[in-house]
Amino acid sequence: MKRFFRRFIEKFIEGIFFLSSSVTTLTVLLIVVFLFREGMGVFNKTPIEEGFAIALNKNNSVKEISSLDMKNIFDQNITNWKTLGGNNDSIILFRIDDISNYFTDEQLGDSLQYVPKCISSLVDSLTGIIAFIPEKYIDKHFAGRKLPMDKISVGKFLSGKEWFPTAQPASQLGVLPLILGTLWVSLMAILIALPLGLATAIYMAEIASEKVRRILKPLIELLAGIPSVVYGFFGLIVIVPLIQKVFDLPVGETGLAGSIVLGIMALPTIITISEDAIRTTPRAMKEASLALGANKWQTIARVIIPYSMSGITAAAILGIGRAIGETMAVLMVTGNAAVIPHTILEPVRTIPATIAAELGEAPQGGLHYEALFALGCILFILTMATNLLVEYISKKRKYNKQ
Amino acid sequence: MKIRTHQVNLYYSDFHALKGITMEISANTVTALIGPSGCGKSTFLRVFNRMNDLIDGVKITGDIFIDGQEIYDRKTNIDDLRKNVGMVFQKPNPFPKSIFENVAYGLRVNGINDKKFIEERVERSLHQSALWDEVKDKMKKSAFELSGGQQQRLCIARALAIEPSIILMDEPASALDPISTAKIEELIYELKKNYTIIIVTHNMQQAGRVSDKTGFFYLGELIEYDDTKIIFTNPKNPRTQNYITGRFG
Amino acid sequence: MAEGEKISSNKMLKQAIAFNLFRILSFSVVAILIIILSFITIKGFRAISWEFLTAMPEDGMTKGGIYPAIIGTFYLIAGSMLFAFPIGVLSAIYINEYAKDGFFKRFVKLMTNNLAGIPSIVFGLFGMSLFVNTLGFGDSILAGSLTLGLLTLPVVIRTTEEALKAVDHSFRLGSYALGATKLQTIRRVVLPMSLPNIITGLILSIGRVSGETAPILFTVAAYFLPKLPTSIFDQVMALPYHLYVISTSGTNIEESRPIAYGTALVLIAIVLIVNLLANGLRRYFGNKVKMN
Repeated sequence: MKRFFRRFIEKFIEGIFFLSSSVTTLTVLLIVVFLFREGMGVFNKTPIEEGFAIALNKNNSVKEISSLDMKNIFDQNITNWKTLGGNNDSIILFRIDDISNYFTDEQLGDSLQYVPKCISSLVDSLTGIIAFIPEKYIDKHFAGRKLPMDKISVGKFLSGKEWFPTAQPASQLGVLPLILGTLWVSLMAILIALPLGLATAIYMAEIASEKVRRILKPLIELLAGIPSVVYGFFGLIVIVPLIQKVFDLPVGETGLAGSIVLGIMALPTIITISEDAIRTTPRAMKEASLALGANKWQTIARVIIPYSMSGITAAAILGIGRAIGETMAVLMVTGNAAVIPHTILEPVRTIPATIAAELGEAPQGGLHYEALFALGCILFILTMATNLLVEYISKKRKYNKQ
Repeated sequence: MKIRTHQVNLYYSDFHALKGITMEISANTVTALIGPSGCGKSTFLRVFNRMNDLIDGVKITGDIFIDGQEIYDRKTNIDDLRKNVGMVFQKPNPFPKSIFENVAYGLRVNGINDKKFIEERVERSLHQSALWDEVKDKMKKSAFELSGGQQQRLCIARALAIEPSIILMDEPASALDPISTAKIEELIYELKKNYTIIIVTHNMQQAGRVSDKTGFFYLGELIEYDDTKIIFTNPKNPRTQNYITGRFG
Repeated sequence: MAEGEKISSNKMLKQAIAFNLFRILSFSVVAILIIILSFITIKGFRAISWEFLTAMPEDGMTKGGIYPAIIGTFYLIAGSMLFAFPIGVLSAIYINEYAKDGFFKRFVKLMTNNLAGIPSIVFGLFGMSLFVNTLGFGDSILAGSLTLGLLTLPVVIRTTEEALKAVDHSFRLGSYALGATKLQTIRRVVLPMSLPNIITGLILSIGRVSGETAPILFTVAAYFLPKLPTSIFDQVMALPYHLYVISTSGTNIEESRPIAYGTALVLIAIVLIVNLLANGLRRYFGNKVKMN
């Protein structure tokens, strides 16, 4: 009986261990579920604010208006229906607030009960009108034509070149500038960090004496430990003004500043992983090279680096993955302009920085909120892809070395 | 005498690994170094191409002459020494390169760039190591695709390509199957015509089969050094006798 | 021979150039670290005083101290570790001691790696969606701690696993041979021997948690809240978020600069202390374990 009890306890505790070990898996799954549940909501909506509609005069020949054209109309960049393939008729903007310009309070009624009728007659009488009005004012006697709006598609979301989620009446949800900004800044960061990091890794693994290595190693760990917000602060105070001065720019908050800060932050990852890779080079292989009359440098360049190439590649990819996901430092130094960058000396905006900067102002469950979660999904997919790539490379490497 | 050592002592920090080794080796012979693990035979082998220099805290005293030149002399160029003294290791250790580039490696690192010359030398070395027929159609393939025995012969070809006069072999067949081992032994017999070979081996039969002279090491000392026939049939030292007959080791 | 010497000296020259280049590059990495550290230390040192560490922020955070942010960060560290440390250690024990090599173990390890690779802002989104909204914790210490806890879980698991692996298998066999069960062996042999390394891992993850900003942006951090929390459902200020706020969007950025420097220095000091502590422990126990 006692023995049975003891075995039961052992099994019970093993069960607790087991449950704990599934927490990480569960978390990853939950992250996927929650991220995608909120993020995919975007593709179920139109870019028009919920509860609102766009209406035209019924004789207007324009059948549909893209959300970008919509923005241009309301920004008065497009002023004639001809531009959109309609009649030669200038566009008259009408927002619900404008109603008092056309009607007196009396006409609208004490409790605004005549508003639908007023709007209907207005839309009927002005041929060039485009009305942005609450859906509730459109009743069955409505004399105008309600413009059908397409739902936001994945393709448009990914390829759209304008990110202006709070634009009225139609949100501009094009993430291309954000994706390009993220990749641009991250790749530049690795271009900066890789030579420096690789050189340090080689120096620590093959050249430096044990004493020097023992000093360097904890310093690199320290570099890894500095919080990203401190890097961002340092970048803001030191690197940004420096760039502004050196390149004589109106602002120093640029993609370059982000790349430099991210590059510094990626150094520990690159150094540690490539050093480990370099260290796995078998001693026998180094000795074989030396025994053939090669000196140390030739051995490093011709044997050790080729041998550890896959590990170095993994380090670089992992570095890119980290850089893609980095938020605070980038947010603080890149200037956050949501336009497709043409040079590294312009402000750019990355996906994580966008989420961090805008989520606080986006009402929960709204289009903007969901769009930011959709950005989170893109980020998740990007970093997961880099992780799996690294996993694949290191697996292949193990296989090759057998 | 091709090689002459006099009172060689070697220390790893505090550990006295080789104790007063004096030995003479003539050209175009095979010398086997035998003894139990940790007896210093591999360390001694690595004295000849100064491979021990790579280890921190190693100190060597005494004289080692190759072709009458003191190899630990300050004037000796270590790259040139290693060019003259080839080495084959315990486990096949080809580089992560093509078969061709493995053999060409020694030439390239020693500043030879003439393409035609390199091609000729690679082919000749592969012939010498009896590997040519097996690899001639796949010179661009990775060396890792070869079998273990083939890899080891590739490593021998690699050592031969820079035309050394001495070849050091550190248990070259210990990681191979019997058929590959036989091929390597055959090769050693062939190579003896042109090279001076020193081989470390654990395998008594192998030492008996391939070598002209044998040295028995024990606890860092050279206990006995003589013609292989004598060592194996009529050793003078009882410790050699015990080792040969398998009483310890 | 002359030809050989020429080649040889050419080789030597290339090697000397390469090695010196690598040395310079390596030391420039160290120089970057030293510049960052000394810049913040020198500038921040002037801001730091007893009052700075113990007073509430005043005048739109241009004056006063950072006391609530220090306390907030402390609560977040404690909360996240209360969550992540037990689960992480138990999880590592299961993976290392119980799980058999096979699909499950590989899968769990892959998932742990993946979790470690997820960007911290995604944790922020997730924490907001699950803890703040779905579970209704609101912006609170609870939501923030759980989010941070999940973020550091992989770190705790990985360091604990390393610690467990470092215990030689023969100790386990020795214990089994005396008739001990698996659980007894883990409790009386494996855990005591690996404890120093596990603690080192814990300290390192504290360092990580104390500096994270993105996960707390939308789960707990308060912009300006000059009072201390009274329950786990309260919001708090936190050091990293405070630094972000006063260096980018404070009411008067120029005037709050000294406070920003001071906050950065406090953050750096935490990281430094954590690293020194971890290294010290590693060295101290490393020797001791070897001697036993």
